[in-house]
Parts: sequence; C-alpha cells; structure tokens
Amino acid sequence: MIGMTLEPPRTRELVHLSDEALLSLVASSDEDALAELYDRFGGLAYGLALRILRDDALAQDAVQEAFLSIWRTADRFLAERARASTWILTIVHRRAVDLVRREDRRRGEPLESAPEPAAPETVEEEATLGFQRRVVQEALRRLPPEQREALELGYYGGLTQSQLAERLGQPLGTIKSRTFSGLARLRELLAQAGLEESFSN
Amino acid sequence: MADDVHALVGPYALDALDDGEEVTFEQHLALCERCREELAGLREAAAALAYGAPSAAPPPELKQRILAQARAERPNVVPLRRRRNWTAPLAAAAAIAACAAVVLGIWAASLQNSQDPFENVLSKPGSRLVSMGAAGGVAVAPDGTAVLAVAMPPAPSDKTYEAWVIQAGKAKPAGLFRGREGTSIVEIPRPVPSGSVIAVTLERKGGVQQPTRKPLAQSERVTT
Repeated sequence: MIGMTLEPPRTRELVHLSDEALLSLVASSDEDALAELYDRFGGLAYGLALRILRDDALAQDAVQEAFLSIWRTADRFLAERARASTWILTIVHRRAVDLVRREDRRRGEPLESAPEPAAPETVEEEATLGFQRRVVQEALRRLPPEQREALELGYYGGLTQSQLAERLGQPLGTIKSRTFSGLARLRELLAQAGLEESFSN
Repeated sequence: MADDVHALVGPYALDALDDGEEVTFEQHLALCERCREELAGLREAAAALAYGAPSAAPPPELKQRILAQARAERPNVVPLRRRRNWTAPLAAAAAIAACAAVVLGIWAASLQNSQDPFENVLSKPGSRLVSMGAAGGVAVAPDGTAVLAVAMPPAPSDKTYEAWVIQAGKAKPAGLFRGREGTSIVEIPRPVPSGSVIAVTLERKGGVQQPTRKPLAQSERVTT
C-alpha cells in the first residue's frame, strides 16, 4: 500500500475491517475506529449534507453532529439488523434535515424554494462520478416522475410530508403512498443493478 | 386508509414526518413487526440516495474537530488495548463494565500476526464483535464462521477449556483449548447461528460432550 509507512499501525489494520466490525470498536470508544469510519463515510456524509443545506458551515455542523452521535450511540447499532452504512447515513441525513428545518424556521422561509434539477454532467464530472453514484442516479431516473419528485424533494430537499403535499398540490395520503412506493421501487431497481453488494462494503 | 398509522412508514423512512408525528409512529413501530420489516427495506433504499448527492470534499480540519471532540467526550475507560501483553489479572479486568476494552487489548496484541483468524473473521462484510464480558469476545461473520479471543490462564494439566455453542438451551461442543498467558485465539469448528450464545467451561482433560461446570465466560446473544 502506498504511504503505508506514514500511517499509524492500528489504522492500517482497521482498513481491512467490515463497517459493522468498525462500529463495534467505535462502541467501545476506539478513536482509531472512528477515524477509519470517517475516512470511509465523511466525504459521502459531507456531500449529502451540502446538498441538503446548501451552506458549507451548516453542512460541516451536520456532519460533525452526526459523527459525534455515532460515537455516543454506536452500542445501539449492535442490537439492530441494519447494515452499518444504512445506520450511519440515516443519522447523517437526520442531522442535516433537522438543521435545514431549524434554519428555515429561523429565517421564516425555506432556504431555497426548489432543489436544483439533476444538472447535466460535464465530461470531467462524468469521469469522476463513482459507480455507486451513477447507479443511484440511473435508478432515480427510472422511477415514475411523481415518485422521483417526492423522493428528491423529501430526501435532498428536507421537506416534511405536509410541505410536500403543499408543494406538489396533492393530498397527504397521496404523499404517503408516493414516498412508500417510491422507496420500495427504488430498492428493487438498486437490487436489480446488483448494488446491494457494492453498498455492503 | 390515508390516516392509517402504518402509512407513515414511507415518510418516516425519508425523515419527512412533521413535528410530533415521529413520536406517534415510533410508538407504533415498537409494537408492529410488519412496519419494522418494511422500514428496514425502505431505510436501505433511502440511505442509498446519499450516494446520489454530488460529491464534495470536506475540509481536512473537520475530521480533526470531530476526533478532538470525540476524545474529549470519551468515557473514562483505561486504554487497556494499548497493552501488548495481556497480563492484567482477570479480577481487575472484571471491574470494567464493558468488555470492549479488554477485547481490544487482547486483539491489539493479536494484530501482530497478519494471518490472525480473529481478524480474518472481523474483516468479512457484516461481521460483528460480540462481548464475552471481561474474558474477551467472539468475532462472528454472517456465514456463522466464528473465532474467540479470550484471556484464560493455562488450564491445570488434568483439565482443558471447552467452548460451546448454545442454542435453544442445547449446548454443542465447539473445541478444546489449553489457555495461556495472554490471549487465546480459538477457531470455532461449527457454524455459530444468529440467536446462539458462546460459552467456555473448564472440563476434564480430553473434553466432554455436555458441560459439567458453570461457564467461566459467556457471550451476549449473537446477532448477525
């Protein structure tokens, strides 16, 4: 491994562990394990938080709060059957939407009215996009438009179901079923793309 | 039925419930197996959406801030895992509520060996580290492969340690070991299913088919 001599020995060993095993170590207050977990998920967490909050300082706050929450509550993960990545990203998302809603209330209006439409990618971006990102974006594109819209506004926009109902001009019951069937369909599409495994580690 | 509480599972998985609804739904969730199952799948799909956000590199100081804060909050646990040789008396180790520091002490020592079966199991996707109290822990992979890392002093010459896989009240023999100063790494020769417990007893030399003594160490229930 390049640069191996620059890394402390423990960290080098942790690189081989599963996300779940790392979380076990974090649950026992192992800082090196937390650092390794951050190396794996920090960039993803920050990208997501930035997408939701559209503000660098707020995104950093969200990521920091999320990782400290992981640090404090990793022992709770042990009882769950979820994948470690799902558990971690759920915490990150939760922090980010909490912050965006607090900020909206403080300003008395949403940070920005509409999430950007999926921007066409430049050649450079296309080249650097990870496999997982491409698969997820492709799966989103294949959803029925009304499901995609509800998921994007909800997940990336941080809108609550009543805000979604208002924005989309639909009754609340429709929003409930759209988010449900949208996520269920997305899961099928990702499974078809063979993503289950690539996300597991 | 639109106001059915089950129907909140979709918005909940997206973190899109309004103030107050979450408490209602979480109370329901505790009682509703169907919703818990559905939620697990929907959460996985929702979390995958994180990968769809544009990538962005966080500033390097963010990592340092997080680690500094984590260190400041660290519970007052003796960093036993830094010990290279496991020589602390078990009595002292037993004083530590969580096994983890002990397990890690043992494990850090074991990392010297890159062929360490314990680490091999821990490196499998989905593997878990299950506490065995002060004695150590057991690494279990989703396929049931398991390896013990326990601190057990050398057994008397007419005795042996015996490991057990206990499921539904039945104990099955899972290997003999002698114990040593330091950490014993013991590969469990049979699959360890979810819901079982691993235990270690001291038995007569040659081992027995059913445990005759109370366990010296027992794991928490294995979930994989």
